[in-house]
Amino acid sequence: MLRFAARRLASLLLTLVAASFLVFAVTEFSPSNVARKTLGPFALQNQVDILYEKLGLSDPLLVRYTRWAGVLLGLKADPLQDPALNLNFKDPRGDKYFGNFGYSTLYKAPVNDVIWSRLGATATLAGIAFAIIVPLSLALGVLAGMREGSALDRTISVFGIVSTSIPEFASGVFLVAIFVVVLGWLPGTSPLDPGSGWPIWSQLVLPVAVLVLYDAGYVVRMVRGSMAEVMNKGYVRTAFLKGLPMRTVVMRHALRNAMIAPFTVILLQINFLISGVVVTEMVFAYPGFGRMILDASLFGDIALIEAATLIALTIAIATQLVSDIGYALLNPQISLK
Amino acid sequence: MAGDALLTLDRVRVDYHSALGVVTALPDLSLTIRRGESYGIVGESGCGKSTLLMAILGYLGATGRVSRGRIDFDGIDVGTASREALARIRGRGISIVYQDPNAALNPTLTIGRQLVEVPMLHEGLDEAAARQKARRILSDVHLPDPDAVMARYPHQLSGGQKQRVVIAMALLANPKLLLLDEPTTGLDVTVEAAVLDLVNELREKYGTTLLYISHNLGVIAKVCDRVGVMYLGELVEEAPVRELFAHPRHPYTRRLLACVPRLDTDKHETSFLPIPGQPPALAARPPGCPFGPRCAGFEERCAAGPVPAEAAGDGHAVRCLRWREVDGFDAGANEAVRPAPVQPETVLEARDLSKVYALGNAFFGMGATRQLVANEDLTFDASKGEILAIVGESGSGKSTFARVLAGLQDASGGKLMVLGQDLSRLPAQRRTLEQLAAVQMVFQNPDATLNPSHTAGFSIGRALRKFGIAKSSRDVETQVHELFDMVRLSPELAHQKPGRLSGGQKQRVAIARAFAGDPALLVADEPVSALDVSVQAAIVNLLLQIQARKASTIVFISHDLALVRHLADRVVVMYLGRVMEMGPVKSIFAPPYHPYTEALLAAVPVPDPSVRQKHLRLQGEPPSPIDVPKGCRFAGRCPRRIGPECDATPPPLRDAGGGHFIECHIPIEDLRNAAPVLGPEG
Repeated sequence: MLRFAARRLASLLLTLVAASFLVFAVTEFSPSNVARKTLGPFALQNQVDILYEKLGLSDPLLVRYTRWAGVLLGLKADPLQDPALNLNFKDPRGDKYFGNFGYSTLYKAPVNDVIWSRLGATATLAGIAFAIIVPLSLALGVLAGMREGSALDRTISVFGIVSTSIPEFASGVFLVAIFVVVLGWLPGTSPLDPGSGWPIWSQLVLPVAVLVLYDAGYVVRMVRGSMAEVMNKGYVRTAFLKGLPMRTVVMRHALRNAMIAPFTVILLQINFLISGVVVTEMVFAYPGFGRMILDASLFGDIALIEAATLIALTIAIATQLVSDIGYALLNPQISLK
Repeated sequence: MAGDALLTLDRVRVDYHSALGVVTALPDLSLTIRRGESYGIVGESGCGKSTLLMAILGYLGATGRVSRGRIDFDGIDVGTASREALARIRGRGISIVYQDPNAALNPTLTIGRQLVEVPMLHEGLDEAAARQKARRILSDVHLPDPDAVMARYPHQLSGGQKQRVVIAMALLANPKLLLLDEPTTGLDVTVEAAVLDLVNELREKYGTTLLYISHNLGVIAKVCDRVGVMYLGELVEEAPVRELFAHPRHPYTRRLLACVPRLDTDKHETSFLPIPGQPPALAARPPGCPFGPRCAGFEERCAAGPVPAEAAGDGHAVRCLRWREVDGFDAGANEAVRPAPVQPETVLEARDLSKVYALGNAFFGMGATRQLVANEDLTFDASKGEILAIVGESGSGKSTFARVLAGLQDASGGKLMVLGQDLSRLPAQRRTLEQLAAVQMVFQNPDATLNPSHTAGFSIGRALRKFGIAKSSRDVETQVHELFDMVRLSPELAHQKPGRLSGGQKQRVAIARAFAGDPALLVADEPVSALDVSVQAAIVNLLLQIQARKASTIVFISHDLALVRHLADRVVVMYLGRVMEMGPVKSIFAPPYHPYTEALLAAVPVPDPSVRQKHLRLQGEPPSPIDVPKGCRFAGRCPRRIGPECDATPPPLRDAGGGHFIECHIPIEDLRNAAPVLGPEG
C-alpha cells in the first residue's frame, strides 16, 4: 500500500511537469505577450520592447520554461518584481520563495494573493454541495435500486433524469425567479461580501442548490443502476434463500458490492465541483476558482493559468489516489501493488 | 427407504406475467418426494427445472406466480405461507446448492462471515458457537484447514473448493430437503466426481432428502434413486433409476438416452439419434403431448388433450398414449453416419512445440524469472480425414495449442507444420490467404463468435469473398445457400441476426463459416460443450457427415471423454501442458492406461447405473502451471506414484505398440495389468 502511494506520488510529479509545460507551450500560440499585458494597451511599443528584452521573452521556449520553474521552486527571483523595471510589482513574501507562482498580470497582484482566496471560496461551495450530494444520492439510489421497477424506483429515476437534464443556468434562473424575485427570501448574487446586506450563509444557499440539483441526479442514477444490478446477483439470491430478512440482505450483502462501481464516480464529482462550476459561479457572481480560470484564460494571464492548472491537477490526482485506495478497501479482489 | 412424503406438488401451475402476456412455465405438475430419498429431475435447458426449484422455495421473483395447485412441504403450504414461515422454511427446511458457486458467494465477505450468519439467524447461536459449527461442517465437506478457509474471500478459492463451501452453507441449517441445481456443471470432471462422492457421503451421514436437477444423465445415474424426465414443464416419465435407464418408455427419454455419448461405443458402431426440430417456445405450447411435434410416433389423438400418466411398471409412470408400441416407431436408425476413412497423407505435424509465457513485473518490466509453461514438447501429427482429439482438464494447455495453430499466438519453440509449411511463428495477419483458409476454427461459445450486428449470412459471405471463392453478389448468395443447406439450416435464416438464432443454430452457422474456405484442417475448441445434449448430438452428427464428405482433418478439443470416445480416431491426453498419453481411440480407453487417463475415466459420470466403475479419485486440484514440477507433471496427484524418481526425473516415453505411447515411469507391462475402469456389474 505504501509503495503504491509512493509510486502514485512520483507519477503525480511527472504529470505536473508535463502538464505545466504543455500549458506553457500552448499559451505561446495566443496573441500578445506578457510584456504587453503587463504594461496595458496604452503603453508605447518601444516601452513594451524594452520590457520584452529585459524579461528575456525572446529566449527559446525551454529556457523560459526553466526560468518559470525556477521561480516556482524558489531558486530564482521573479523577474517581474525587479525594482529596476519600475513596475511597482511587490509580493510581501519577497521575490524568491518556494511556491512562488509569479505575478498575475490580470489582477496586478501576486498569484498567491489571488488564487487561494478564490480556491477557498469554491471549496466552501463544493464542500457543502458534496456533503449534501453524497448522502442524498446514496440514500435515494439505494432505495430505488433495492426494488427495481417499484413506484418509488420510478419516481426517483424520473427525478434523477429531470434534474440532470436541466442545465445549471436554467435552474439557476428558475430558483432566482422563485426565491429572489417572487419571495424575496434570498439574495440574487453571492459575492461573499458581508457588506451586501445578506449574511454569508444566505448567499450560499442558491449556488449550492443549483449544484446539488444538477449533480445529485447523475449520481443517484449511477448508484441506482449499480444497486439494481447487485440485487439481481446470485449471492443476493443466496442470501434471501438462507432466510435472511430484506434489511439484512441489503445492509450486509448488497450495499458494499453496490458501492464499488459508483465510488469512483462519486469522487470524480470533487473535480467537477472545484474546477467545473463556471456557469454557476457566473450566474451568481460568485468569486470562485472556475470563474477565475475563465477570466485568466480569456486575458492570457499565463502565471495564473499555470498555477490554476497545477492546483486542479493535484486535486484530480489526489482524488484518484483516494478512489483507488477506497476501491481496494471495498473490493477484496483488488490488491494494490 | 421411508415411505412418507416430505414434499408434495399437487397439480401445480406456474405462470410468468410480463408486459407481453402470461407464459406458463409449469402447466400441471404433480410430484412427490419421500423422506430420505434422492430424486433426480433431468431435462434440457428451458424445460422448467429451475422454475420448479424456485417455486418450491417460494422465490419466483416479481413476475412469477403459482396460479394453481399446492406445494406442500412437511405439512406447510409454501404458496400461502407468511413471510416469516417462508424465511423459516428457507433457512431450516429447504436449502439449495447452486449451479455456479462463483455467483452464489458474496465476493466482498469472507467465507466465515457468510457461513456463520446461517446458524446465528436460525438457531440463535452466538458468533463463537456458530463458528464452531461452521468449522465442523467445513471439515465434513473435506476442506482442509477450516479456519484458513473461513478467513478467505471467495476469489481466493478454486471452483471445486467454492462448491464445497456452498454445500457446507446449505448443510449448516440442517435442512430436511436439499435442492441441488446442476451443482457440478462447469467443474472439471475429476472435481465433479469428488463433489458427487461428497453429496452421496453427506446424504448417508445426515439422512437428508435430495432433489437433484441436472441435464447430465450420467450425474443423475450416479446420485439418484428415482428420476423424473421433464420436457416443456411436464414430467413425461418417472421411474426408479435402474428401471428408467434399462427400460425407458417415453419417446423423449429414449431419444435423450440415444443422444448421450457412451464410453463403450464409437462412431463406427453407433450413431446418435438426435431429436428432430427444436423445443417450442413456452408461449407456443402444443396442445396435448408437449413432445408431439417432434415425436416419430405422433398421431392425431396425441394432440387431442392432456395425456394422463399411465403405470408402466412398479413405480414407473409414463405420459404417452403409445408407450406400449414405442419399440415399433422409435427404432429406426434414420441418421446413420458414415465416418471418413483416414488417409495416409499427413496434414498436421507438431514437433517439440512449446509455448512459454514469461511473467514479468509489470512496473519495472524486467527480471522476469517466473515462467508459465502452457505447452511443452508437443509432438504428434494428424492425417487427412482424421479426427484428432485433445483431452484434458482446464489448464492443461489444450486451448493454447489451438491458439498457436490458428495464428493467434506465436509458439516459443519447436515446429508446427500444416501441409508442409511451418506456422508455429506465423501470426494470422502474416499468413497468406491459402494458409488462412487451410486452418479454420469453431469456438466453444457460439454467442461470442458471430457479430451480433450482422446477419448470419453476411458473416459467411465475408469469408467467401475474403478467400476469393465467390466474387459476385450472386455467387456469394448461391454459396451461402449451399453452405446453409450443408449445415441443414433453412436459407431464410441467413437474413437473421445471430440474436434471433438458438444456440444450436448459431453453432451451425459457425460451422458453415468455418467450412466456407474449404479448410484442410478444422480446429474445434469445445464446440458443443455449451449445448444441450440433444443439440450436441445433432451437431456432432453433422460435423461427422461434413467431415466425411470433405475428408477434412479435425483437431477436436474437449474435456468430455465420452464424446471423444465417440468421434475421435486418435486421442492426445494432456496435463499441465504436456502430453501424458496418445494413441488410437480404442487403446486409450482400455489398459494399459496412463494413471492420469485412468483417473479421468474413473471420474466420468456414466449414464448407466448398471455399469460398475473403478473407484479412483485424484487428491487436490491441478497444480499451477507456473514453476511446474521437475519430474513428472502428474506426480503430485498420481495414485500410482512409485517413488522419488517420479518427482525428480522426467518420465520416459514408452511405446505400448500400435501407435500408443505413454509417458510414465511405470513399465508398460505393469500398466497393462490394470483392471479396466468400466465393467459390467458383478
